[in-house]
This record gives sequence, C-alpha cells and structure tokens, in this order.
Amino acid sequence: MADPAAAVQVGGLRIVRAGRDILQDIGFSISAGRITGLLGPSGSGKTTLMRAIVGVQRITSGTVTVLGRPAGDPALRHEIGYVTQSASVYPDLSIEANVRYFGAMYGVHRRDAAEAIAAVGLEGQARMRAADLSGGELSRVSLACALVARPRLLILDEPTVGLDPVLRADLWERFGAMAASGTTLLVSSHVMEEARHCASLLLLRQGRLLASLTPAELSGQGGSEDLELAFLNVIRQADSDGGPLRSPGEPGPAAETRRTAGMKVPE
Amino acid sequence: MNPRMMLATTGRVLDQLRHDHRSVALMLVVPALLLTAVYFLYENETVPPGAPRTFDRVGLMMLAIFPFVVMFLVTSITMLRERTSGTLERLLTTPIHKTDLLFGYGLAFSLMAALQSLVATGVAYWVFGLEIKGSPGLVVMIAVVNAVLGVALGLLCSAFARTEFQAVQFMLVVVVPQILLCGLFVARDRMNEVLEAVSNVLPLTFSVDALKEIAGHAEATDVLWQDTGIMAAIVLAVLVLASLTLRRRTA
Repeated sequence: MADPAAAVQVGGLRIVRAGRDILQDIGFSISAGRITGLLGPSGSGKTTLMRAIVGVQRITSGTVTVLGRPAGDPALRHEIGYVTQSASVYPDLSIEANVRYFGAMYGVHRRDAAEAIAAVGLEGQARMRAADLSGGELSRVSLACALVARPRLLILDEPTVGLDPVLRADLWERFGAMAASGTTLLVSSHVMEEARHCASLLLLRQGRLLASLTPAELSGQGGSEDLELAFLNVIRQADSDGGPLRSPGEPGPAAETRRTAGMKVPE
Repeated sequence: MNPRMMLATTGRVLDQLRHDHRSVALMLVVPALLLTAVYFLYENETVPPGAPRTFDRVGLMMLAIFPFVVMFLVTSITMLRERTSGTLERLLTTPIHKTDLLFGYGLAFSLMAALQSLVATGVAYWVFGLEIKGSPGLVVMIAVVNAVLGVALGLLCSAFARTEFQAVQFMLVVVVPQILLCGLFVARDRMNEVLEAVSNVLPLTFSVDALKEIAGHAEATDVLWQDTGIMAAIVLAVLVLASLTLRRRTA
C-alpha cells in the first residue's frame, strides 16, 4: 500500500456535499516527478478531488496522503502550489505586487518573483495592473503566484482554458521541464487532446474513477488514436457491459478500483 | 505570528488602497467636512460665559466616531471581496497564519485611521478652535483605537455576509446602536435601565467615556487608561473571534 515513490496516495475516498455524493470509491496514486492528467467532463468531480489533495476540502471518508503526510498538514503548505480554475489574484495590484505578495509567504526574494513572472511570459507587463489584463494573462499571473514558491507538488485546475494554442503549447513545455526537474504536477482538463502531454491519466466520471492509465493505454482500450474518441469509447464500454475494463498493464490495486468503478457507473 | 507575513499583508493592503485615489480622498476629507457641518449646526447657539460650546462636546465625539464607522465599512467590504474572489482561500493554502492576515489588515487600516484622525483633529483644533483640557495627542490615540475596533468588527462581520449588499446592512446592526447608545445623544445615566445596561457593554461607550476624561482633565487620568485598556481587550477578543471564522478546510 505505502509506496514511497508516490507523491499522492488516495484510498477509499468519498466526499458527500449537501447530501449528494460528489466523489465515491476513489483510489489511486500519483508518481513523483511526473505530469498526471486529471480528465473528465465538467461536473465529474475534478475540482473537488484536487481540493481534497490540497487539503482545503472536508472529506467524508477515506485517506489522502500527500508527500508522506495527511492532506492539509501544516507542513505541506510549504510544499504545495494550488492554482484554482478562476484566477485568484488581486485585480487592483500589479502583476509584480501580486507575485511578490504570495512569494512573501514563502520568504522568497524579489528575484524569484521576477523569475516566476518571466516563466509565464509576462515580464514585459510586470508593472501592469491585473485588472487591465486579458483573461489568459490573468490566469498566467495566478500560475506565477504558485510558481514563485517552487512547490514540490503543483496542482493546476484547468490551467490552459482560454489560452491560445501557442501559449498552451508553451505552458505544456514548461510543465514538462518542471516535471523533468523533479516537480510533481497534477493537471486537470476537460480537453482530452491535452492528455498526450501527461505521463499518466486519471479518468473521472460522475464522481467515480473510471480508469488510471497512460495515454497509450487509453488509445489501446478505447481503440482510437484520437484520445477524445478513445475516452468516449471507454465510457461506452463501462456503461454498456458494466464489466471490468481490461488493462494492458499488470493488475494491481488500481485495477481493482477500475473494476468496481466500471460496474457501478449509474444510469 | 510571523512579522514578515504580517507586514507583507499590511503592505499589500496599503498598496491596494494607494491605487484607489478616490477612496483615500473620501477617507481623509469627508470626516473633516462633516465636522465642518457639525460646527455650523451649533454656530448660533448662545452659551453662558465659561460654559463649553456644544461643538466642543459633540465635535470631540465625532472625532472618535468617524474612524470607527469608516473603518468598519472599508474593512468588511475589503475582507468580503477577499473571501469571494478566492484570494482568501488561496492565502490559506500558503504558510500564512490567520493572525498574520488579520493583524496585517488591522495594522494597514490603523495607519489609514491615524492619518484620517490627524486631519480631522487638526481641522477641529485649528479651524474651529476646539477647546478641551486634555492633549490632542490623546484624542488621536482614542480615534485610532476606535478605528481598530471598526476594523476588528468589520473583519468579524464579513464572515456573516454573503454579498457586499449584506455587509453594508451590517452597519445598521453593529454600528448604529453603538452610536445611539454611547452617550452622544442622551447622557447614559439618563437612559432607562435596559438601554443603560446595553450601553455599558458596548465598546464605543468606553471610547466616549475616555474622550470625556480627556476633555475634562489636563493630564491623562486612570479612568482614561482603564477605558483604553478595556477597548484594547475588546479589539483583541474580536480579532480572535474573527480568526475563528477563517477556515482552511471547507465543505
């Protein structure tokens, strides 16, 4: 069960909010130093799962272990960066002031703030007020506010929404470089096309973990090179036969989760 | 407590204010203008020789009440914006302590309040010849303590408001009763028992008492320090209550 190489381990996670099951029966582990994609349609529970890992979400039952500690442990606040879907920065401050303020919480220097701003390609506008930026620029400021702390685990909720293709490619390149230097990234998206940038994928649907696999395995299982189509096929398989999803990899605890998830998908 | 995080917060809040010229102007100028109105309200009263003018009593109390009202409003709206914009939740995922955040806010707005009351007190003394026995420095001190009280109550109330509209309504609940019962309109010993009992436990009452001490004595009295001490204790208690409303983990 305890895998020392895993950055995040989740077991038997269930979250009920307002009497509704938001997440149930979730179990997986995320390897350190890689990009893991969290994919699923809107409303599938991606944000709630990310919040549980960050430790800001009250959970109903189950365990969430992050970097060897229970999620929400005060020591983890130095290690985790969390970027929410809507940019949470101060609109009436400049880009620079925003990044420096969040940097101050980690005791970093002004130079680090400048580096984080350069990392998201906004060094030319550093003095501009956040309120005067476009939506895409704003979400990059939000990202810079997380990068400034050089977190070991970076959790990004739909970071590429509203970005043009060039910027999106730039960001994925940057995420790749960060993973190569040892940062663990968990990136959510509802655009399946982005899955190919990830080392492994978590497919979420209606609050359940449909599968935990690599992009190649998804192509294989869904019978299509087009990951979007492959995902749809996987969903259809799960819906129609309710049987276990075959995994080309070796069976393990994750395969167990897949099987139960496959059988219990509602409707 | 971590001074670095607290001061960074103070700096950030002041930086936000700095970009908002209109709010700064309103904070600094409006109390002085209202004080002018109070002066001219009592312009034609006839007082027996030697008796204090009504302006000396009412104007003095206004000096303490303005910063309380203004800082309550400014703080509750700013904090509510912080809660609804997601920046509060984001901050709470960082190593910042809740007290650093709240005291950072408190410090920033106290500095603004000190500026505001320096302007208002200056106008009261030099333009309208406010006459009291005690030192104007003590008046500014009470004004700042009142402002911090406004900050603390604003921080607390922002937890119970979902929208800015509600936050403004809280002023009627939290601020207005204190102004009515602090002894400005009717001396407290002439109120009925219930109102007097309520008045006895409202924070603003202590600052009005303190101001009366300043007005009546050339030197700072024990009662003045006692009132100030009680105010400070209330401020601290309210800030602690406010920090309990900041939750790192939510449903």
